[in-house]
Amino acid sequence: MKIRVSRVFMYAFLVVVCFLAAFPYFWMVSAATNKSVEIIKGRLLFGTYLIENIKTLVATVTLGQIFWNSLRNAIAGTLASLIICSMAGYGFQIYRDKYKDRLIGILLLSMMVPFASIMVPLFRMFSQAKLINSTMGIILPSLSTAFLIFFFRQSSASFPMEIVQAARVDGVGEFGIYLRIYLPVMAPTLAAAAIVTFMNQWNQYLWPLIILQKQESRTMPLMLTGLTAGYVTDYGILMLAVTICTLPTLFIFVTQQRRFVAGILGSVK
Amino acid sequence: MVQALFLSFRSGLGNNLKFSGFRNYARLFEDLTFHSSVANVFIYLLFQVPIMLFSALILASILNQPDLKGKTVFRTLIFLPCATALVSSALIFKSFFSMDGIINFTLQNLHIISEPKNWLLDPIWSKVIIIIIITWRWTGYNTIFYMAGLQNIDTSVYEAARIDGASASQQFFKITLPLLRPVILLTTIMSTNGTLQLFDEVRTISPGTGFKSTITISQHIYNVSFTNVPQLGYAAALSYTILIMVAFLSFIQMKVGDKV
Repeated sequence: MKIRVSRVFMYAFLVVVCFLAAFPYFWMVSAATNKSVEIIKGRLLFGTYLIENIKTLVATVTLGQIFWNSLRNAIAGTLASLIICSMAGYGFQIYRDKYKDRLIGILLLSMMVPFASIMVPLFRMFSQAKLINSTMGIILPSLSTAFLIFFFRQSSASFPMEIVQAARVDGVGEFGIYLRIYLPVMAPTLAAAAIVTFMNQWNQYLWPLIILQKQESRTMPLMLTGLTAGYVTDYGILMLAVTICTLPTLFIFVTQQRRFVAGILGSVK
Repeated sequence: MVQALFLSFRSGLGNNLKFSGFRNYARLFEDLTFHSSVANVFIYLLFQVPIMLFSALILASILNQPDLKGKTVFRTLIFLPCATALVSSALIFKSFFSMDGIINFTLQNLHIISEPKNWLLDPIWSKVIIIIIITWRWTGYNTIFYMAGLQNIDTSVYEAARIDGASASQQFFKITLPLLRPVILLTTIMSTNGTLQLFDEVRTISPGTGFKSTITISQHIYNVSFTNVPQLGYAAALSYTILIMVAFLSFIQMKVGDKV
């Protein structure tokens, strides 16, 4: 009987937590379909105002352009950083020399450097290099993240070295080994890394805020804070915009959740 | 590689400092906004990180039970908040707590408060709201790490403990916690770093140069370097201070983590 009670308590706890986790989402979507006045009055049901809200939002901001900016930056950033970090992970795993541990130490340290302490010099460099307002300027600082490199290195800890040696004997070049042996083996890690990186790239705020100074190059998170700049906030439109901003990452997360968890599982060993 | 480039940026910053001497650092001691930003960040750190990590740990150990029904649904819902942008989550909660928001409306209808309260300007409540936002956004994320750690614990350890008559709480404190130590250390360091660098949420909650009751160090650095007249030298001094704080805290955590 005692076990029964604790079971019931456990499920109740889970239900409460799930409600707390999901309610803001539900509210966000339902608010997107309602008129601002009704949202304030506490209306939680889905309304019929979605089309109106979409029309107003499109009239207020260049939604298509902003969405495309975000998407382009996120995809370019994800692809580039996956290539660089997987190569670095490969290098750290396959090559062994006396400087490796020291390099890893530096990498670990760099993980602890807060972005706020490098943003000023970074901005000055980027403005000298004329990278302001460009995709390149957005993605460059996040291309080589220590976290991703570690992620790849940890996951490939049990990588079969015999295969690499066999391939070398057979005359396969280093790049060939990376491309044809390492990457296929690392597919689950690659998938998890891609999900995390895309979400981070899509959601990043501080660096774009600094480096994107033209209206035309704004991204979704920048647009969101722009929408609240006035004195009266139209919640319907704001929540519609928040929903649109959340949809891509939400879609990826819900459909790819299994791979994501599997990838993390592989790395925390 | 690119990482090395990053390091060169940092030494460039050091050269910059030499010219202005210690004046910038002296200014730190008189800068009241800087003082409140440090105080705010430490309040967030002190309350938010333990609450979040402890709930994540409990959730992970519940979700890890093999006979739990509806595991996939629970898991998806709990992980769901990780998918929002920090800015989006802050906006959602900002609208909950705004003057004409749903929290005020509900409390008024229940006659708990008589007139709308300005939560976001209240020195205590505004901090509580920030803590709620971060906890909502990151608890699921940390739960994933704990689940991963839990799955690597051999189930036979628990079976042996059960045969020896260990209760559920004994199993949790005597087996789960010690074996999860590396993962707990990892998440603690990650969350501490994250909290020290807090920016998106506070800036969304308080646009412009921010409210004193919520301002963080990152936000202060941003304000000093990019709004009004840029004071890059002073910003660099602030940057170095936050860098030293992060390094110091991580060092303490590693030492404590090694001993426990």
